[in-house]
Amino acid sequence: MTTQDTFLNDPLTVVPPNPPQAAPVDAPALWQRFPAAALEGVDTARTMWSEVVPGGSHWSWRMPRGSAIRFVALEAGANVSLVLYSALEKLERYNMPDSVKAQHTAHYTRGHVLMSDMGRSMASFTADSLGWHDPFGALLDNELMQQKYGEKRYEHARNAMHRSGKDGLLIEIGKYGLTKRDLIAPVNLFSKVSVDAQGRFGFVPDHAQAGDFVELRFDMDVILAMSTAPHGLDTAPAYSPKKVGLLAWRCGAAPANDVCRAFRPENARALHNTDMLYL
Amino acid sequence: MNTTTATDIRILESQLDPAHAVMDQRHPAGEPILFEVKRGQTLRIVDLEGNQAADVLFYNRHDPAEHYSATNTMQRQGGIYLTTGSVIRSNDGNSMLTIVADTCGRHDTLGGACAAESNTVRYALQKKFMHSCRDNYLIALQHADVGLGKRDLVPNINFFMNVPVTADGALSFEDGVSGPGKYVEMRADMDVWVLISNCPQLNNPCNAYNPTPIQLLVWNPA
Repeated sequence: MTTQDTFLNDPLTVVPPNPPQAAPVDAPALWQRFPAAALEGVDTARTMWSEVVPGGSHWSWRMPRGSAIRFVALEAGANVSLVLYSALEKLERYNMPDSVKAQHTAHYTRGHVLMSDMGRSMASFTADSLGWHDPFGALLDNELMQQKYGEKRYEHARNAMHRSGKDGLLIEIGKYGLTKRDLIAPVNLFSKVSVDAQGRFGFVPDHAQAGDFVELRFDMDVILAMSTAPHGLDTAPAYSPKKVGLLAWRCGAAPANDVCRAFRPENARALHNTDMLYL
Repeated sequence: MNTTTATDIRILESQLDPAHAVMDQRHPAGEPILFEVKRGQTLRIVDLEGNQAADVLFYNRHDPAEHYSATNTMQRQGGIYLTTGSVIRSNDGNSMLTIVADTCGRHDTLGGACAAESNTVRYALQKKFMHSCRDNYLIALQHADVGLGKRDLVPNINFFMNVPVTADGALSFEDGVSGPGKYVEMRADMDVWVLISNCPQLNNPCNAYNPTPIQLLVWNPA
């Protein structure tokens, strides 16, 4: 097994040795190890970068308009909690109610867009193997995590410690000067939460299988923060966050015949409102 | 977490007498208000003429970083609707208020507040100059100058509004749960700012195309 394979298999607990000084920067094309079917539609010649994000981890990027991230579930039951802020004006951010009511939807899939509080499309769902990503499920926070899974701290568990999605996102948005009052209702990619006639939530276990994928195209320059901690309503008895692969590529801004523009007139207007920022 | 907590309609009438209220005022259609409710006090919002959405946000009176959280409230009760017994929670997971009486039986956590910008998306670009809840919120906070602003305009509660989710994952805007004189009453579990926009939306049936006044009452603890 090479060092890279080890990294892909158990990146939190297996610490590869430091490379020799003359070695090139360790930025392997990790996407080459993703299931090929999960990259359908991606022009890999236009890859910007790729990552394997271990379960429970968090990171953030500034993504330019016209770029996209293909998210790939590398294990069943993956979850990605993510939030979006405009990189141009951080007061503009993803707004859950504005997005769900404009599209009359309680789930996201290909064709939907994530709208800001300013009536603009921030990101579009341009590919999806699953058909349902959750807009309502909130974040796993420390209190809930402790209640459900007990305590597992760094001192004993090292990087396999329990990490909550909320703390992960607070760390990430803090890097841009945003605080807990700025933490918004997230989108939980790869997760499904249904609602029954009485309004009760039903979490669907292992909604995502290994190889499932979803893609977000960024329609404006955004700050994206994400965590791979479990969904807050996950019914698994043990804390078992799952690994997710990311491939960022330059897909270009939404064309005139874009699937999301055509999906609903509301989406066409939201994308138009974003286009007005980039004349 | 209790995922089996039913959020189905629970009607309960209040025993409180308006004659003993310390605040009892009519709040006109389409206007905002920001006021304080102290821990232990009870707030009643009355839908005077029926089918009027009251768009409401709560903030910790002593910490502007603690606000109502739709997602925490839903997650902790395991469902989307608010009714008698629902605990209104903050982004810190704390109980801000508890609904203690409700003659309407169902209130919305998902529909958010209308805005000029979202009206351009939902209806037509030329709707941008119509009055909206988000404008109401902003002007109330600008005048009050208490350290709250646009960043604090998080997803709100729509009292008297009915927004069911279907099994196939659609969001529908239904009518018919509220009516003239129906009310919802909540006890404050901390000192809170109450920010209300009495919704001026004319582009959909959330106010039956005719925004109407609400009544606001507050009682001291017994």
